[in-house]
Amino acid sequence: MNLLEPIVQGILLGGLYALFAAGLSLMFGVMRIVNLAYGDFAVLAAYGSLVVINVAAVNPLVALVVVAPLMAVLGYVLQRTVLQRTLGASPLPSLLVTFGLSIIIQNALLLFGSADQQRLSLGAIDTASVELPFGVRVGVFPLGVFVLAVILLGILSWITARTQYGRLVRAVSDDPDTVTLQGANPKIIYGVATAIAFGLVAIAGVAAGIQTSFSPSSGSMLLIFAFEAVIIGGLGSLWGTLGGAVILGVAQTVGAAFAPAQQILAGHIVFLLFLAFLPNGLSRRKVRA
Amino acid sequence: MLNVSGLTAAYGQVTAIRDISLAVDAGGILAVIGANGAGKSTLLKTIAGLLPATSGTIFFDGDDITRRSAFDRVRRGIALVPEGRRLFPSLTVQENLQTAFASKRKGAWTLDAVYDLFPLVAERRHRRAGNLSGGEQQATAIARALVTNPKLLLLDEVSLGLAPAIIADLYARLPDILAQGTGILLVEQDVSQAMKVADSVHCLLQGATSLTGKNLTMADISGAYFGVDKK
Repeated sequence: MNLLEPIVQGILLGGLYALFAAGLSLMFGVMRIVNLAYGDFAVLAAYGSLVVINVAAVNPLVALVVVAPLMAVLGYVLQRTVLQRTLGASPLPSLLVTFGLSIIIQNALLLFGSADQQRLSLGAIDTASVELPFGVRVGVFPLGVFVLAVILLGILSWITARTQYGRLVRAVSDDPDTVTLQGANPKIIYGVATAIAFGLVAIAGVAAGIQTSFSPSSGSMLLIFAFEAVIIGGLGSLWGTLGGAVILGVAQTVGAAFAPAQQILAGHIVFLLFLAFLPNGLSRRKVRA
Repeated sequence: MLNVSGLTAAYGQVTAIRDISLAVDAGGILAVIGANGAGKSTLLKTIAGLLPATSGTIFFDGDDITRRSAFDRVRRGIALVPEGRRLFPSLTVQENLQTAFASKRKGAWTLDAVYDLFPLVAERRHRRAGNLSGGEQQATAIARALVTNPKLLLLDEVSLGLAPAIIADLYARLPDILAQGTGILLVEQDVSQAMKVADSVHCLLQGATSLTGKNLTMADISGAYFGVDKK
């Protein structure tokens, strides 16, 4: 059996998972919020694009230009008005609130849409492919998503490492009280971080909507993949997250090459192996509770 | 510049400081002394805005800032060097100093200026703040507060856990800071150290003022410090 093909496909799939995982990882790293509604916000963004496409008759990428900033604004407002109140010593309030949001979003989408599977389409690009060396054919769109994921993670990691905002993000995850003593308002830092995470999830949601399909209930599966990528990669490391996402993607596609029905299971098994033998993930960094 | 009157603050139901009144002028230095648990750090936290006042007022440059947030007070020119230094351990020394740019205050204390004041901090600038000795950490914490270009610098227990030579070295920098017109309110357990640098002394006992004044003798202070009546 030729495993090169599924490995390459898996790496590209990892790009999509990395887009999902980056925002989740950011929200956890900065605010210690585990956002259980994260996958549902991705689906919400995909439905939002569907609305824009139907109203304005544009392609999904143009719709994304509208939806991603709107999602970022939604993220900022949600953080300042709702999630901020859940922050504290205990992780439970934010878990409960985001779990509730997840249910609300799923049901609202069922109410205003339908339970049918939906797709976004880019026309000919959906099925276009290019040939790489060694005779491996890959889809143009998955390749584009992977490149986009690497670029976006690169930008995000540059912001964190080099800008004043990035320094404050790292500082606030060390010690929020002391950040106020430098004259910064942690609530605004949190709001902006959530806005970035929601912008990323909008991009990921639309990309997933083009690459596969979505329905009101498909958010939870996206959330699990994002979680697995973050855990395999190691919490708090963006490049680790990309690595984790790629490992997850490869596990799924290679698993599918052996047993097509067990694609998802193969990913879960690799994830569980990491949890058992490398619980700190690829980056091996210990995370403070 | 700073005028505190009748300030009371509590942790939950427990009152930590009661009815404290004090003032600090530009370029002046006031030392707050007292035993462990006397409320010295609480007083500084309340002035910095980390702890809400339950009653009393804090005026700064003529404005009532009693209900202002901590970051707003920093932007107005109050900087706290907190107890335990509280550096950001995952950031480098230089990045720690740069976080203070968030105060958006311009002035004499640029990065270069604080590096001149603390050559040791300059030497360690690319090291992670989590890997510094106690003296280096304290110098970095003071440098970070200076980068906000404060009009009032609150220093909490600079000497805690440091060797005498290092303490003397840190205190030797204070005149340079005062020379910029900055007022200093410092909290100190080491009474003789505090008396050496401060114009006036404010002694706390169990959360309340027990003695305040200039040119006090050690005998006056020890009574007020330990709460023993003079015979």
